[in-house]
Amino acid sequence: MAVLLTPESKIICQGFTGAQGTFHSERAIEYNTNIVGGVTPEKGGTNHLNVPVFNTVAEAKKATNCNASGVFVPPPFAADAILEAVEAELDLVVCITDGIPTSDMQRVKREMKGSKTRLVGPNCPGVLTPGVGKIGIIPGHICKPGRIGVVSRSGTLSYESAVQTSELGQSTIIGIGGDPVNGTNFVDALELFLDDKDTDGIVLIGEIGGTAELEGADFIKSWNGKKKPVAAFVAGAAAPKGRKLGHAGAIVNSGAETADAKKEALKSAGVVVSDTITRIGDAMRKAMKI
Amino acid sequence: MDIHEYQAKQLLSKFGVNIPPGEVVYQTHEAENILSWLNEDKIVVKAQVHAGGRGKAGGVKICNNPEQVVQTVDEMIGMIIKTPQTSESGKTVRRVYLEKGYEIKKELYICITVDRETGGNTIIYSKKGGVNIEEVSEKNPNDIHNIKISAGSDLLTHHARTIVYNLGLTGQIAKKAQKNILALYKAFVSLDAAMIEINPFAVTASEEIVILDCKASFDDNALYRQRAVAEMKDENEYDPLELEAARHDLNYVKLDGNIGLMVNGAGLSMATMDIIKYYGGEAANFMDVAGAATPDRVAAAFKLIYKDPDVQGILINIFGGMMRCNDIATGLVNASEEVGLDKPLVVRLEGTNVDMGKEILKNSGFPIKPVDTMEQAAKDVVEMVKEKK
Repeated sequence: MAVLLTPESKIICQGFTGAQGTFHSERAIEYNTNIVGGVTPEKGGTNHLNVPVFNTVAEAKKATNCNASGVFVPPPFAADAILEAVEAELDLVVCITDGIPTSDMQRVKREMKGSKTRLVGPNCPGVLTPGVGKIGIIPGHICKPGRIGVVSRSGTLSYESAVQTSELGQSTIIGIGGDPVNGTNFVDALELFLDDKDTDGIVLIGEIGGTAELEGADFIKSWNGKKKPVAAFVAGAAAPKGRKLGHAGAIVNSGAETADAKKEALKSAGVVVSDTITRIGDAMRKAMKI
Repeated sequence: MDIHEYQAKQLLSKFGVNIPPGEVVYQTHEAENILSWLNEDKIVVKAQVHAGGRGKAGGVKICNNPEQVVQTVDEMIGMIIKTPQTSESGKTVRRVYLEKGYEIKKELYICITVDRETGGNTIIYSKKGGVNIEEVSEKNPNDIHNIKISAGSDLLTHHARTIVYNLGLTGQIAKKAQKNILALYKAFVSLDAAMIEINPFAVTASEEIVILDCKASFDDNALYRQRAVAEMKDENEYDPLELEAARHDLNYVKLDGNIGLMVNGAGLSMATMDIIKYYGGEAANFMDVAGAATPDRVAAAFKLIYKDPDVQGILINIFGGMMRCNDIATGLVNASEEVGLDKPLVVRLEGTNVDMGKEILKNSGFPIKPVDTMEQAAKDVVEMVKEKK
């Protein structure tokens, strides 16, 4: 068993018939992901990639009993698409879309209070459980089944981490995304991996901006009894203050948001921190004493 | 996106925030027209550049008569302002703001920003305004307060009341301050702002609240629905290479070093800057090719980096599962022919058809070095740039 995506997951794609939705759903199907349908308004009743298309998430759920969704809807409509999946009470919504206005995500956050749905993203590469399936854009062939949980704000750095932990393999890879307001954060992902009996070690990839890594470090510090080795890298040590680097959330506004402050916090929580992304695999082996 | 102080004030006044009367000028003679209606004993002349600390750099002057105003405007237009927040070369002043000056009784501080911890917003405020707030927070953290507004909720009257009482205001002036704070918050939400900082939020000798200085930045992702804000973009405030990159839909930020970078992915691009620094070099830019790294995009991005006169060597770091490395290599060789490549170029490609891609680079006849790992790529490019010097 792994986290978030299991062999029982039944997945739909929102924005299914668009270019991105089509391309990445094809890749997911090639990876044997259990995609049971998709949603594109006005295209309900047709078939796409050999599965049915529905007008709404509620219809899709009624017909397929789906419990998870990948959102590939363009930015102005993405927050609404997330909330549609939340209202249909899916267990998991993974939003890949980059460029959603922050205030739209604040609205999503408010509406999701008390809901049973878990949101991953937005602006993320998605979730992949090797050998089981994927929602999002993580290339399947670079991941190997195994016992390392990877959680990352950056997509490409989660790929680097997967390649470097090939020998150990991964239980699940979770991209939490680079936006300032998002769903699943480091603490949530760490909690999932800590409780997962098929995860032995955790790779955490952070970056400048915000304080999610510091909260992650505090959470790791609070572990007693049940513990798992953690290795980390924080991107942006060479970043100038006040400049946004690619991700909407990757900007240093205060001292606590620098890569150095985050690395220090993680070290003090007993995490093995790598100075370069190229040694994150070594750091994981060191943390696991292998 | 950042805007100028005078633009921010124009936007805020529409929401009922009290701003000093004033007007912007681009040329000296325009100042004379403005003085015909802006008939005040004291006029403040302020250089409009996107950088804090301009007061200390000579960008803010108080004038007591019309002649002095005109002379100051004349001196300020075209001057170069260097502050800790600008690059080494500074910023040229192209717009100057003239506004009424006041006798000030109290200088307070208010800042509204997105709270990433809660996903809502936070209002940071202090009695110690008018100075660098970061210094206040380092020396006297207890002088800085904040109030968190949960995601998607409004600022309520009792929040504003709490703020003004903590700022030490009572009576009529407290009511006025409260009204201004509610208006500021409304503006923040309605305009999709990322940060609005008022420093100082001033109490005048005549018991008025007035916004004396103001910095505002906005959510780039929401500009499509904030036309009035989007139109305020001043292209002179950006590096020309950054503007060109934006036209190609490339995420590019100019930096101070001499190693040009081209990477796919924001995280990998930052990590590449980091590893360059780790091996003793310094990146000339951040560059996320963003989206699909097709041969055409790769070529456009490469030409842009090559054009930067600070760049003495280039590192290309492309890691993608689905990209065909032979296509990328062809794009690079074509671009090298176009620019007549004579700067060291180190390339790390990972993806399908890696070997074909490397062959194409090796046989190109250009000084292109394909390497297998990111670590090796960083070491090599730092070394090659040092040797070149």
